[in-house]
Amino acid sequence: MSILTFRNVSLTYPARTGRGGTGDKCVLDGINLQVASDELVAIIGRSGSGKTSLLNLAAGFLTPTSGTITVDGAPVTGPGADRAVVFQDDALYPWLDARDNIAFPLKLKGVPLAERRARADALLARVGLADAGDRRIWELSGGMRQRVGIARALAAEPRFLLLDEPLGALDALTRTRMQDFLLRIKAESGAGAVLITHSIEEALLLGTRVVVLAPNPGRLTAEIEAGFNAEILNGAAVADVKASPIFKRMHAGLTGLIHAGEEELAA
Amino acid sequence: MILSTELDVLPIDAKDTEPARATRPIPTALISTLTVGVILGLWGLASAYALVSPVFLPSPRQVVIALYNLVVKGFVDATLAEHVGASLTRIFGALIASIIIGIPAGLAIGTSRVGRGILDPIVEFLRPLPPLAYLPLVIIWVGIGEASKITVIALSMLPSIILSTSAGVRAVSKEHINAARSLGAGKRQVLTEVVLPSAVPSILTGIRIALGAGWTTLVAAELVAATSGIGFMIQSAAQFLVTDIVISGIIVIALIAIFLEYIARLIERRLVPWASHR
Repeated sequence: MSILTFRNVSLTYPARTGRGGTGDKCVLDGINLQVASDELVAIIGRSGSGKTSLLNLAAGFLTPTSGTITVDGAPVTGPGADRAVVFQDDALYPWLDARDNIAFPLKLKGVPLAERRARADALLARVGLADAGDRRIWELSGGMRQRVGIARALAAEPRFLLLDEPLGALDALTRTRMQDFLLRIKAESGAGAVLITHSIEEALLLGTRVVVLAPNPGRLTAEIEAGFNAEILNGAAVADVKASPIFKRMHAGLTGLIHAGEEELAA
Repeated sequence: MILSTELDVLPIDAKDTEPARATRPIPTALISTLTVGVILGLWGLASAYALVSPVFLPSPRQVVIALYNLVVKGFVDATLAEHVGASLTRIFGALIASIIIGIPAGLAIGTSRVGRGILDPIVEFLRPLPPLAYLPLVIIWVGIGEASKITVIALSMLPSIILSTSAGVRAVSKEHINAARSLGAGKRQVLTEVVLPSAVPSILTGIRIALGAGWTTLVAAELVAATSGIGFMIQSAAQFLVTDIVISGIIVIALIAIFLEYIARLIERRLVPWASHR
């Protein structure tokens, strides 16, 4: 069991100097968060709430101004394969076919060609794209690309998957199918996951916990346990879950929590 | 990478607006063929009626015969193939040299502030200079042999290779780099596995432009100082007023330039089919 920990993490961009300069811009303030490898923590917030900054900190693309981020007690000092990122616009390499994209992290590790191709093929089968290995990236649909992106992240054998709105660019029908897919693949992999999303529905469906991030400065204002992902993993249809009264009630509650920050600002 | 200043004519639009016009517009290729035909025709007429002295303008037939003789017998101790061979050896020698120097230099400019500081002024100095301006200096330095010609051609090719490499490197997507880092890539691996491959389309375009520039420089350099090569052949022929050889040489130069461009485009399409799908 691995644990990703944010302890008192703040992120501040220094003031722009000179005339018309602004004060220090505090993006995230005093974030405390723990994610275990059997969890999928959904972070929800409106745009500008710093949720992508939070993910970039976990990935190691950004360094916190104060506080510490650790994985199993070891401080995060930069990006690494133990925290693989899945991007909203896939960030796949167009010069590689689907198979070699998935094999990319293995190539970085120095795994021999034949072995990494075999492992990539196994991953392709796992994400339901067994026949798509030779396809070029631009020949794949948005949903297929995200499957390749997720398979590529899994090939790195990460302890945590950092999902930066991976389903944000997909159409509604594909998105529903991918939500179910994402839950299963995450459960199989045994990796913990942080999911950034601005869809309340998606956060509730996929998250074991949902954390609300309020803007200016970004801070965690609420946290709720959501058990719906277990139901879906046990075979409940996504549509049925969404139609249940308890889901609707939690959806309304969560909407209220997100907008609470807004009223506070207006007051 | 294809620049087009003309929009394709839309036959449907034409029909909508001018229903009376039933015929399709004449294809551009046909217009071009006609133009070439007319020029050749005028040339033939001018020489047939001796409007211009054959010393200045030999007939098309004479030029074809000259071309044939060039291929089988040659001119100034070498056949056409040997002259072309000498020229192509120079240009590809120079191309290899400028790729070996230009790509690392472009990488340095594109990835490092210090590299840019050192190399930028050199490239900016070299780029606008006409190669023939420094040819005499190069001859003083490295002599009249092959080395001087290859050096001058390579120098004329270098800026476009360096600049296109650095432009390609700077255009690398930040997300592509971040993805690699989060998948375990070190600094070196980011460079070799992400930055270089994504700069390849830009580098190939640079090489194509460099080939064009190099070919121009080559012919000019051979006109000034050489004992073989297609430019030398023209220069010698001009000294003896063998105008048919001069014209043949010009035609050969143009055909080779077109052929090189075609090959370069073919390689681009083969090597980087993804460039148009970014």
